Amino acid sequence: MSENCEYRERVLTMDTMNPNVKRVEYAVRGPIVQRAVQIERELMMGIKKPFTEVIKANIGDCHAMGQKPITFFRQVLALCSYPDLLEDSKFPEDAKSRACRILQACGGGSLGAYSTSQGIELIRQDVARYIERRDGGITSHPDNIYLSTGASDAIMTMLKLLVSGEGMSRTGVMISIPQYPLYSAALAELGAVQISYYLDEDNCWSLDISELQRALQEAKKHCSPRALCIINPGNPTGQVQSRQCIEDVIRFAAAENLFLMADEVYQDNVYADGCTFHSFKKVLFEMGPEYSEKVELASFHSTSKCYMGECGFRGGYMEVVNLDPEVKVQLTKLVSVRLCPPVPGQALLDVVVNPPQPDEPSYDTFIKERTDTLATLAEKANMTQDILNQVPGIKCNPVQGAMYTFPRIHLPPKAIPEAKEKGQAPDMFYCMKLLEETGICLVPGSGFGQRDGTYHFRMTILPSKEKLKIVLAKIKEFQQHFMEQYS
Amino acid sequence: MSENGALPLRGKVLTVDTMNANVKKVDYAVRGPIVQRAVQIEKELKEGVKKPFEEVIKANIGDAHAMGQRPITFFRQVMALCTYPQLLDDNKFPEDAKNRARRILQSCGGNSIGAYTTSQGIDCVRHDVANYIQRRDGGIPSDPDNIYLTTGASDGIVTILKLLTAGEGRTRTGVMISIPQYPLYSASIAELGAVQISYYLNEEKCWSLDISELQRALQAAREHCSPRVLCIINPGNPTGQVQSRQCIEDVIRFAAKENLFLMADEVYQDNVYAEGCEFHSFKKVLFEMGPEYSSKVELASFHSTSKCYMGECGFRGGYMEVINMDPGVKAQLTKLVSVRLCPPVPGQALMDLVVNSPQPGEPSYQTFMKERTAVLSALAEKAKLTEEILNTVPGISCNPVQGAMYSFPRITLPERAINEAKAKDQAPDMFYCMKLLEETGICLVPGSGFGQREGTYHFRMTILPPTEKLKIMLNKLKEFHQKFTQQYS
Repeated sequence: MSENCEYRERVLTMDTMNPNVKRVEYAVRGPIVQRAVQIERELMMGIKKPFTEVIKANIGDCHAMGQKPITFFRQVLALCSYPDLLEDSKFPEDAKSRACRILQACGGGSLGAYSTSQGIELIRQDVARYIERRDGGITSHPDNIYLSTGASDAIMTMLKLLVSGEGMSRTGVMISIPQYPLYSAALAELGAVQISYYLDEDNCWSLDISELQRALQEAKKHCSPRALCIINPGNPTGQVQSRQCIEDVIRFAAAENLFLMADEVYQDNVYADGCTFHSFKKVLFEMGPEYSEKVELASFHSTSKCYMGECGFRGGYMEVVNLDPEVKVQLTKLVSVRLCPPVPGQALLDVVVNPPQPDEPSYDTFIKERTDTLATLAEKANMTQDILNQVPGIKCNPVQGAMYTFPRIHLPPKAIPEAKEKGQAPDMFYCMKLLEETGICLVPGSGFGQRDGTYHFRMTILPSKEKLKIVLAKIKEFQQHFMEQYS
Repeated sequence: MSENGALPLRGKVLTVDTMNANVKKVDYAVRGPIVQRAVQIEKELKEGVKKPFEEVIKANIGDAHAMGQRPITFFRQVMALCTYPQLLDDNKFPEDAKNRARRILQSCGGNSIGAYTTSQGIDCVRHDVANYIQRRDGGIPSDPDNIYLTTGASDGIVTILKLLTAGEGRTRTGVMISIPQYPLYSASIAELGAVQISYYLNEEKCWSLDISELQRALQAAREHCSPRVLCIINPGNPTGQVQSRQCIEDVIRFAAKENLFLMADEVYQDNVYAEGCEFHSFKKVLFEMGPEYSSKVELASFHSTSKCYMGECGFRGGYMEVINMDPGVKAQLTKLVSVRLCPPVPGQALMDLVVNSPQPGEPSYQTFMKERTAVLSALAEKAKLTEEILNTVPGISCNPVQGAMYSFPRITLPERAINEAKAKDQAPDMFYCMKLLEETGICLVPGSGFGQREGTYHFRMTILPPTEKLKIMLNKLKEFHQKFTQQYS
């Protein structure tokens, strides 16, 4: 402690801060997006650019790209927020009855009360029933449901519980390459070991058990593998795994003593013919008690994607299956410290799992809106795939589901050394140039992981059809120009 | 895998032995075992099981609406308009509510509160927060870029603690926090594996803070960890004291001298009841102390939509303001919060209204002021009532409830009760509170959940139930205490 306070170093510096946090990266909102935001400001200030707007195709943010909310959901939430509206004849009866039911389950009849930390019991019951209906009647216990602040919150919580040990006994977590970088970020923050398994790009991003096996054996040499994470439908790759594949993964997890984490937030976003969403829960139970009584599984869902697109509400849940009872007590205790997930998000989730039924007044409008949104996404998925595959140097796997395309780009010989000189990943170099020249913001494949020597970008299929056509045309133009420039 | 191909007989992958060891050390009494028992009792009552009471009174948690406090009409009107913008055509809503809703929606992607926002929070909301802080602090500037909207204050607090936790063994980050404290702090410190450095508030002097006690705690701590942070809750939780301006200056001076990052939890800033007490933000005092301090001391201040007169706990709205943060660290902070995308947008919108409430001349002003005043004055009455009634009970001694939402009275427990508790492996005040719950249905949190001086016992009770119910509750408590004292004498 010096006598003269003036020249002391700060307390919290790059050297004294949490080193794990420094290792965290999250490309979806990383440097390219920061540059995009800067460019938007420059445009607003009147600076001339080769384009008039920035198109943010970096993030699965449906409403921001023009998708409309489901009318019924917003009606119920408005009624919950301001119950005086229950007297308003402009709201349909089915919306009012759902709002009343939700409010009755809230302390003091208000969305402003804390809920129990696991989430409003009534809503967990509704979620359990939704899961049962979805999975052909397989029982779901409300007590195994934990509502969460988006799926990210629950995924983080489970990973946190799983992380222990040191050195060779440090928890290893298997996750796909490519992956949604919440996983790599969370593992870095928690100081767990990331065990990457490669999806097969030549086979539509499918999963080979032999590749899981390879990754696992390798990993056993330096850590203690405990968890296997799978995103289905996939992000960024969009593949919808076959039922056979899901069974194989479950068998593998059972044989190798791995806790299974199934990220299923895109479960309604399935577009390709011949593809169907099968929940891990359902397949697990259809495989019989040898598996269904043993495999520890956590499945995650959210209000952010599918046809709802309500990202800002931060609604979500997880279902835990075969969790050790004592660990479950610890889980419940852990989530209690943060009190509860946002109640508007809980209420929204309730209407998602409890939507208008055929005999109800709001049914027709609801189905129409839902169908339109999903059909439009399917069209855009197809269109994206078709157009990109016409571009020399771009190869795009079918967008079977989710909200993204993750095409492979062939970079001409001179581009790569120039990128490296700038200290940039080659696909970051490509995407940055695309941004500066066209205003289109994508995320380089390096942000998600990819095989060495390959390059990709992730682009959402969310802009309106018209705008998407323009974006794809501009990318085509840019690619051709880039190829010429760097050949 | 065994040779015959069958699944190996195994224990589970995730057990109490293989799970995160730090998580096991976490405790959060506010929703701990006594609350679990209270919930069980509620279920039993519903099933028709006979009890000496008809309802459980949950005086364990600062959940204003659950205890009957009404939301502010204006806030809910704007929230409804934001949620279902068709209502903007509805003439039942006042213009000022509509204007605020339009302004918020315009700053949302696709004009929808369903869009993600920037991770730091909606720009115009952060501007409004900065303006609020500036007005509150007599004009001292606040930079919107130093504002981070959060999922309740808890989120911001955990994030900063996370950034600060580093080192190993003797260099492990030490975090100073009051005894008693709101157990988010002890829980987070345990989860992060940081070192808790407890400093005792002075019960004899209305829970005030002595710098000499801070000094003592710090010196002792330096022998086994690397103290980096000093947390202070003002107005206090559970203790309710509102620190004097002098005290706040002394704390700032101490933090500056001892190189400590200051964390000021100010979520109860509007809940000040006692005469002679006033809320002074750490930010304001810091800047009024001049550049020797204001350009040096690293400070994070926290606020929330959960308390004060709003009581909107369920919306999980909050913010923090960071002062003098290292720019490199700030970039790391921004990166860290980006992984969780953004705080809930309804909560961000609500925070906007709290910092940008109806002004004189606006249609909603009078109703707003009436509602706000009613809530705060009811709380002030109940604070006084609680202190008075509890102080008439022999064996209960209650410091003035100067602010916040709780009383934290000291209870004298007969020796026999203490021994019986210890035989049951229960903290004596847990034993007391459990009996109270079983016999009266009143759910409080034992002082052991917040920390207290060795050999002293307390409980924390909210002052939130409506006045009539509060009176009944306090009298039942009085009755119970007398009976308990007799029973165990």
